[in-house]
Amino acid sequence: MRITLEIWRQENPADPGRFETFAVDDVSAESSFLELLDQLNIRLEREGRRPVAFDHDCREGICGACGVMIQGTAHGPRARITACQLHLREFADGDTVRVEPWRAAAMPVLRDLIVDRTALDRIVQAGGYVSVNTGGAPDANSIPVQKEHSDLAFDAATCIGCAACVAQCPNGAAQLFVAAKVGHLAMLPQGQPERYRRVVAMVDQMEAEGFGSCSNHRECEAVCPKGIGVEWIARLNRDYLVAKVGGLARGR
Amino acid sequence: MTGLDARVPPGALEHKWREYRDDLKLVAPNNRRKFRILVVGSGLAGASCAASLGELGYQVDCFCYQDSARRAHSIAAQGGINAAKNYRNDGDSVFRLFYDTIKGGDFRSREANVYRLAEISLAIIDQAVAQGVPFAREYGGLLDNRSFGGAQVSRTFYARGQTGQQLLLGAYQALSRQIAAGTVRMHPRTEMLDLVVEEGRAVGILTRDLVSGAIQRHAGSAVVIATGGYSNVYFLSTNAKGCNVTSIWRAHRRGAFLANPSFTQIHPTCIPQSGEMQSKLTLMSESLRNDGRIWVPLRVGEERSAAEIPEAERDYYLERRYPAFGNLVPRDVASRNAKHVVDEGRGVGRLRNGVFLDFAVAIGNLGRARIEAKYGNLFEMYASITGENPYETPMRIYPAPHYTMGGLWVDYDLQSNLPGLFVLGEANFSDHGANRLGASALMQGLADGYFVAPYTIANFLSSHLGEGTSTESQAFHDVESDVRARIDRLLAVQGGRTVDELHRELGRVVWDECGMSRKRAGLESAIARVRDLRDEFWGDLKVVGTGEELNQSLERAGRVADFLELAELMCIDALDREESCGGHFREEYQTAEGEALRDDERYSHVSVWDMSEPGTWRLHREPLLFENVTPSTRSYR
Amino acid sequence: MKRPASLWRSAIVQKAAMAVSGLVLFGFVLGHMAGNLKAFQGPEKLNAYAEWLREIGAPAVPHGGVLWVARATLLLAVAVHVAAAIQLTLVNKKARPRGYKRLQPVQLDYASRTMRWSGILILAYVVYHLMHLTWGNVHPDFRPGDVYANLVTGLGQWPVAAAYIVANLLLGLHLYHGLWSVFQSLGLDHPVYRGARKPFAVVFAVVVTVGFLAVPVGVLAGWLEPVPRDVGAPRAELAGGIQP
Ligand SMILES: Cc1cc2nc3c(=O)[nH]c(=O)nc-3n(C[C@H](O)[C@H](O)[C@H](O)COP(=O)(O)OP(=O)(O)OC[C@H]3O[C@@H](n4cnc5c(N)ncnc54)[C@H](O)[C@@H]3O)c2cc1C
Ligand code: HEM
Ligand code: HEM
Ligand code: SF4
Ligand code: F3S
Ligand code: FES
Repeated sequence: MRITLEIWRQENPADPGRFETFAVDDVSAESSFLELLDQLNIRLEREGRRPVAFDHDCREGICGACGVMIQGTAHGPRARITACQLHLREFADGDTVRVEPWRAAAMPVLRDLIVDRTALDRIVQAGGYVSVNTGGAPDANSIPVQKEHSDLAFDAATCIGCAACVAQCPNGAAQLFVAAKVGHLAMLPQGQPERYRRVVAMVDQMEAEGFGSCSNHRECEAVCPKGIGVEWIARLNRDYLVAKVGGLARGR
Repeated sequence: MTGLDARVPPGALEHKWREYRDDLKLVAPNNRRKFRILVVGSGLAGASCAASLGELGYQVDCFCYQDSARRAHSIAAQGGINAAKNYRNDGDSVFRLFYDTIKGGDFRSREANVYRLAEISLAIIDQAVAQGVPFAREYGGLLDNRSFGGAQVSRTFYARGQTGQQLLLGAYQALSRQIAAGTVRMHPRTEMLDLVVEEGRAVGILTRDLVSGAIQRHAGSAVVIATGGYSNVYFLSTNAKGCNVTSIWRAHRRGAFLANPSFTQIHPTCIPQSGEMQSKLTLMSESLRNDGRIWVPLRVGEERSAAEIPEAERDYYLERRYPAFGNLVPRDVASRNAKHVVDEGRGVGRLRNGVFLDFAVAIGNLGRARIEAKYGNLFEMYASITGENPYETPMRIYPAPHYTMGGLWVDYDLQSNLPGLFVLGEANFSDHGANRLGASALMQGLADGYFVAPYTIANFLSSHLGEGTSTESQAFHDVESDVRARIDRLLAVQGGRTVDELHRELGRVVWDECGMSRKRAGLESAIARVRDLRDEFWGDLKVVGTGEELNQSLERAGRVADFLELAELMCIDALDREESCGGHFREEYQTAEGEALRDDERYSHVSVWDMSEPGTWRLHREPLLFENVTPSTRSYR
Repeated sequence: MKRPASLWRSAIVQKAAMAVSGLVLFGFVLGHMAGNLKAFQGPEKLNAYAEWLREIGAPAVPHGGVLWVARATLLLAVAVHVAAAIQLTLVNKKARPRGYKRLQPVQLDYASRTMRWSGILILAYVVYHLMHLTWGNVHPDFRPGDVYANLVTGLGQWPVAAAYIVANLLLGLHLYHGLWSVFQSLGLDHPVYRGARKPFAVVFAVVVTVGFLAVPVGVLAGWLEPVPRDVGAPRAELAGGIQP
């Protein structure tokens, strides 16, 4: 089949950038979307032109490296998958597909489709952990956890940090990502001692990074490849308000 | 056999590690700050090591090529992690885990290391749970276990099909905490391009900033390589696209020994290749073999669809050949048998390159709901990749390169022959012999990083107190010129072939001749072919752009250049080992029934390759002494 | 006073303030709507009700006291609500300086996308509405104290009634998203009632909208008869109303 790609090209963060259009012929419907980009890149290289830069690694939907706006939707038209899991069978022969990088002030474009997502790492650094040092942990089974809580914690913990939620949110908010991380630990007994300190630190960092605020548009959950729902945002808000308004975050 | 003392401490197997630890020298808290340690890699091994060293108060620099430490390839591990907790009361013990691992590795690993691994496995689970890793639990609130990869006890801890992800996030969180505390400096999107060795000791590394292209020098009192495996030498593998051998290979070229490079694991349950442009293969968790039945049509060239083939005309070849273990035989055996039936022309699918993994009986017995609860996400993944519905038609699977048991040689301290260079995780060769058991790589990575390296590195550093580090030495200068020259060379070729094309071709050669089964003639021709490809690479490569920018083609070119050298050594190693063991199957050495024929007389050793003379390899052998177990023939019939 | 200031700096707190003020406003419109329905019981009931509002708490509280407290609360709520809306809008604009060529939303609904505009229009409407029925500046025949008459003559002009209808539909839209959103913003979520949050919002948005619409529609349809001139005694203090 033949797919026409309208792709965002940008040399560096300072470059204003522009769309370029390429038609790629002879693509197999079995190919994945990233393989389509591979195919385009091989051609560009042969022609001595700069290939399109895009982030990717595992190509099976778990590392969270890949992610672009495909037809204006984060990770493309199909729900609950990452861009690398999108296959060309989702498109028709002759389709024109627009590909854009994630756009948010807190995640500047580095080149073409690659953005800088280190802001998400800094949010985790602000408090997204349980402060235990290596060694000295009690026997694993000495901390029983209600199965329902453990399963819920797992649901939140499956976040792959892809930032599709930020990209799709009309406000450029990172609420779902932060809610997932905060929620994972808040759901477990291990996370309780630092629960309120953690939520305040992470949210404050999130806001300091320049992400937008949440207006409950629910677009994030619609594109989250791991199906993390906005109920986690409600839990995040609750914990934050309890901590902040309730003054539980002593010393912060 | 120069420099090949594994330095295994004396004493009874069960007490070695504890007694040794008691004797290791320490570094006082106020002195730790004075040491800078470079940890290359942020996977389970690297992240756990960097975090633990940071907690102790060392100054750590940690590097990864991804944009975040959390994306290291460990994230992709699905099935689980072993630990001899015996929570199930099914007779598991440290000794049994040790024995299973040694036996699974076909008696080609070092007893003392494996025992220590089994011992430490207990603490890993404790540590992970304390960090908040959401392992699967039972209604009573305690941890659930499953049997994995044919083990006869249930010792595998898991977090649905995302165990690696959850463990890595645990380690990443610990790492993040240290970054916030200022003990660890993280360098994402930074690739190690060379090792700096001064007077035989590792003193630093050279990196390239993958965004700006800047070449940077880093000096440290110790260097830790935890950069994972090199299955991508095959081009198509289950590894992430960026996985590479560069840091291992650069260290090897600077004098670090490389052990058993040809020991690679081909995983039996992957989705078969579907097209020419395919860029990677996807693993389907091994746990599927617990309920799925593997078969191919009896007839060569069968045209009917699976549903139309009557029971009598199906060959459940694993159940037929291995009545005791059936579909749960170890990976190497399952893979080889799949290759065998496909080579006979009985493969299934459009390209006739797979075998069926059929859940019809399981769905019939347990009901669709139970199967969905157990494997729902895997079935979904399969459907999204292949466009087929595995609830209705059997899955198609085929083996794919997955793990490399070979790696940099290390002693009991996980230190290479170059003092100051420590190697952890999949990057070293240490614990899995000729075949790795399922759910034991995660265990090893974390054991190395959390619980071994922090002790042995301290022991090493304790005798280097007060020695400064500097990036201004002649050695750094020389290595930097080498690194720059190499990049310039890659950019200067300006030929006609892209990196991916050449890599694909290399992959095909290695897969055909140094994959699931190997033979002398094939290996010899592969060596010649690899050399030709290398010439072609350096004569006809095309990389667009410069080194002073984000240039993904350049990154790949550098990695493929190293794979092209590694491939040759893999073939040489495979050729040298005239026996079949674990994943290394030499067609000349098999039993009448077609099973691997080990030769303990001649090959009960680690093959350790030394390239300190550039361009030639010298072979050292580290003999493997079995004092606590008796090498037996693995039999799964 | 460092604490409240630092509190206000957080977007989550601002959003919570928005939710609380939104709830106050919702409480008001709900009551207001119910009160308006007294019009269907005739001029006496409506006018008596209007008078009663001013008498609550008497004699402990001076005449109109409670009403003034309520007005002050409303004014504060509007101030907080609008201030937060402006702040958050600015934050959100800054968070994505360069937009997409075209964002293709998946489940974004019209109501949530237009909160800002429906809000502004409602505010504009309220100002007009006060000038119309409270202060009478823009009323063709305003009679202080005769709420019923003002209503019926005021809304008897169809363009005015149409404006009322449009504004109240916008209010419905605003509440349709807002009343669900309140739960999220205040962290009120539990599997037990999660499924009931959206229906709650729908029901109350519809109740408020339909209830309000009943009056202008009723006037246009002639269900609310114009009344003789002598009904309802004019009261001087009402002429004051809320001063801008
Ligand atoms: C699909 C799949 C499923 C698996 N499932 C299981 C399982 O269920 N159980 C199990 O026990 N094992 C499993 N394994 C194996 C296991 O995941 C790996 O062996 C293990 O995670 C390796 O960890 P590591 O820390 O050594 O390396 P990795 O996790 O690969 O980390 C390597 C790190 O090094 C960095 N790096 C690499 N090269 C460079 C360079 N040149 N410069 C700078 N940094 C570099 C990377 O950025 C990364 O941070 C699986 C493997 C695969 C592929
Ligand atoms: C005066 C003009 C008004 C403006 C400018 C306005 C604006 C807004 C905006 C922009 C939001 C969404 C904010 C966000 O999601 O980030 C919102 C939410 C809301 N508004 Fe208004 N609004 C106004 C009046 C009203 C009135 C009169 C009511 C009640 C009858 C009301 C009730 C609500 C409610 C309940 C919410 C939901 C709060 C939340 O999401 O938590 N608003 N408003
Ligand atoms: C069709 C619908 C409406 C009708 C018929 C109506 C009618 C009236 C009337 C008759 C009054 C004067 C009451 C009195 O003086 O005692 C009044 C006051 C008022 N109305 Fe409405 N109203 C409607 C909708 C609304 C809406 C949607 C809002 C707000 C969003 C609103 C806000 C107010 C306010 C703030 C006052 C002044 C209250 C006071 O005296 O302090 N009204 N309305
Ligand atoms: S919450 Fe979902 S969309 Fe957001 S980063 Fe995590 S996985 Fe991606
Ligand atoms: S889309 Fe954005 S507005 Fe909130 S609910 Fe999701 S973060
Ligand atoms: S490449 Fe890893 S999630 Fe897509």
